[in-house]
Amino acid sequence: MATGDLVPTHFPARRAAQVALHHLNTRHGSPFRVFGLQQVHKATAEDVGTGGRKYSLDFSVTDYGSSGSVLRCSADVLFPRTEKHSPPEVQLHCEGLQQISSSPEEEAFYQKHISPDSAVSAHDIPDSYGNISQDMKPFWHLARVAASFIMLRESSENTEYNMAQVANVSQQETSEKQLMLKYHVLLHDFVSQEIIHWKLLSSWSPDGGVRVLETEWQPKCPHATKPPSAN
Amino acid sequence: MRLYLAVFALLVAVHCEELFNGDQVLRIQAESEDHIQVLKELEKDMDWGLDFWTHGFSTERPIDIRVPHASLYAFKDFLMENNIPFTVMINNVQELLDRERAEMVSNAQTERKTKSFNFAAYHDLETIYSFMDTLVASHPNLISKVKIGSTYENRPMYALKFSTGGEKRPAIWIDAGIHAREWVSHASAVWIADRIATDFKQNRAPVPSILSQMDIFLMIVANPDGYVFSHISPREFHRLWRKSRSVTSNPNCPGVDLNRNFDAEFSGPGASDDPCGEDYRGPSAQSEIEVKNIADFITSHGNFKSFMTLHAYSQLLMYPYAYSGTNAPDQPELHDVATQANKELYSWHSTIYKVGSIFHTIEQASGASVDWAYQRGIKYSFAFELRDTGKYGFLLPADQIVSTARETWLALRYIMQYVCDHPY
Repeated sequence: MATGDLVPTHFPARRAAQVALHHLNTRHGSPFRVFGLQQVHKATAEDVGTGGRKYSLDFSVTDYGSSGSVLRCSADVLFPRTEKHSPPEVQLHCEGLQQISSSPEEEAFYQKHISPDSAVSAHDIPDSYGNISQDMKPFWHLARVAASFIMLRESSENTEYNMAQVANVSQQETSEKQLMLKYHVLLHDFVSQEIIHWKLLSSWSPDGGVRVLETEWQPKCPHATKPPSAN
Repeated sequence: MRLYLAVFALLVAVHCEELFNGDQVLRIQAESEDHIQVLKELEKDMDWGLDFWTHGFSTERPIDIRVPHASLYAFKDFLMENNIPFTVMINNVQELLDRERAEMVSNAQTERKTKSFNFAAYHDLETIYSFMDTLVASHPNLISKVKIGSTYENRPMYALKFSTGGEKRPAIWIDAGIHAREWVSHASAVWIADRIATDFKQNRAPVPSILSQMDIFLMIVANPDGYVFSHISPREFHRLWRKSRSVTSNPNCPGVDLNRNFDAEFSGPGASDDPCGEDYRGPSAQSEIEVKNIADFITSHGNFKSFMTLHAYSQLLMYPYAYSGTNAPDQPELHDVATQANKELYSWHSTIYKVGSIFHTIEQASGASVDWAYQRGIKYSFAFELRDTGKYGFLLPADQIVSTARETWLALRYIMQYVCDHPY
């Protein structure tokens, strides 16, 4: 594995940046704010004493939740080298992040769905053709933010995770003023090309941000030629 | 050519509802000055209603005259009496007009079909195959459909051949859809096929000059079985299918990753040997009929100079090797070409693509088509990963298809021009 200066367009730098991105989303993502990697400007890597590998990155991200703004970030990503997998550790700083606070859109969305009448449920977001209704976009963003907790935790130098699709979402009863959402998400690992299923329970409020309360890995059904009939 | 101009003039006349039933066009060979004089006199004479299609008489060229049916016998007698040789060029002008008009109407309908084809939508295999037929019918002198074999489930595999003639000219290969779920690659290839045809027809550089020296083979769907499977239902199990649909050693896990099945460092690292894996390489190199068909076709053609494959997603423009991190011998040139092509791509919509070898940019992969092509001596081999970078991933909204296709086309066009300018 390369040490020292890395080529920013090569995969080691990009995979590390993607991990930093997952971290960023867990901390600052919301129904109207989700960050994607724009490009890596500079990257270095070095082995650290404890047997892990530390990447130092200078990169840009795009908020495709609503604003489309581009932020410049720097991060240190440490991949521990332990026998059993441990999550990477990330320290991150992005310019202009502090100024971001809860928006009127978020408030309106929160008020609308915190009401007892709200019982959102949907599947296949986006659909086969990439369509997402405007109503569903905030739930799609929330799913990605929640999925970021899992993607961050599961990442290593040999993975590159993205969320491919929301298989389904169903709103649960509001608890302690938190919007409660059960998700079945499909992750795509670009390295193995596998689609990995996870179920999760997440909460969100404008003040509390996104939290993930439960996660459950769903085995791909290698022993069935047909998917389980679920509707 | 002159004949057709005359026919068109007649068609204009037809609009005025003249009929030409039984009229003939005679081709006359004047053999002497006397004959010329006779013809000059005839031209002034209105009685027979002769319609001279040729003006300026000489013994060097034949003279074509449309003769109204009513005057036919009298005129032919006249010519024979004067020993002026003639032949019947068009036996029945109206018949010819009717045929020509029917052909024009049919062509217009076909053109309307391609013009009305919705490029900003994802289409199933049947619709894409029907589009290919329509495109061929609209451009019969440029495009033909070549069947290079059948799939595992016995579907035909077609490549569109763009050629202005010649005998096995140096050729460019472009394929899309080797991985079923990468729908924007097929959709872009459909648009690109139409674009090549239109650019040629409208004489838009550099396509006509490229096609005057090279042939282009465009395979829109390289994995038809997988593509059909990905349309069966919206469920991830179908829509996100990647591989072929062949039966493997594990009855519960069909399909082989076609882009790990080529005979290029097959079974090396960078592919799975587990049939349930998404990048399962298959039991042996070219075990998949789809791969064998492509490889055999390109090998037996023997004169391909460029091999380009379209995938999605990640926005990358790459060159060999996939199986190893060592630089390919032509790496500096390939990197240059890819970089310039990338600049063209970027100029459309400022979409950021990264350039590099497959190994370094994505990961190690063995049995990849680009490596196979390069090792066969096809120097200008490139792999594209189209939009996006993960926001929608495989499920790219259809309203991005045309924009994606356009920027990709700018890069492909640059590369094709370069290949054309650098024969080897």
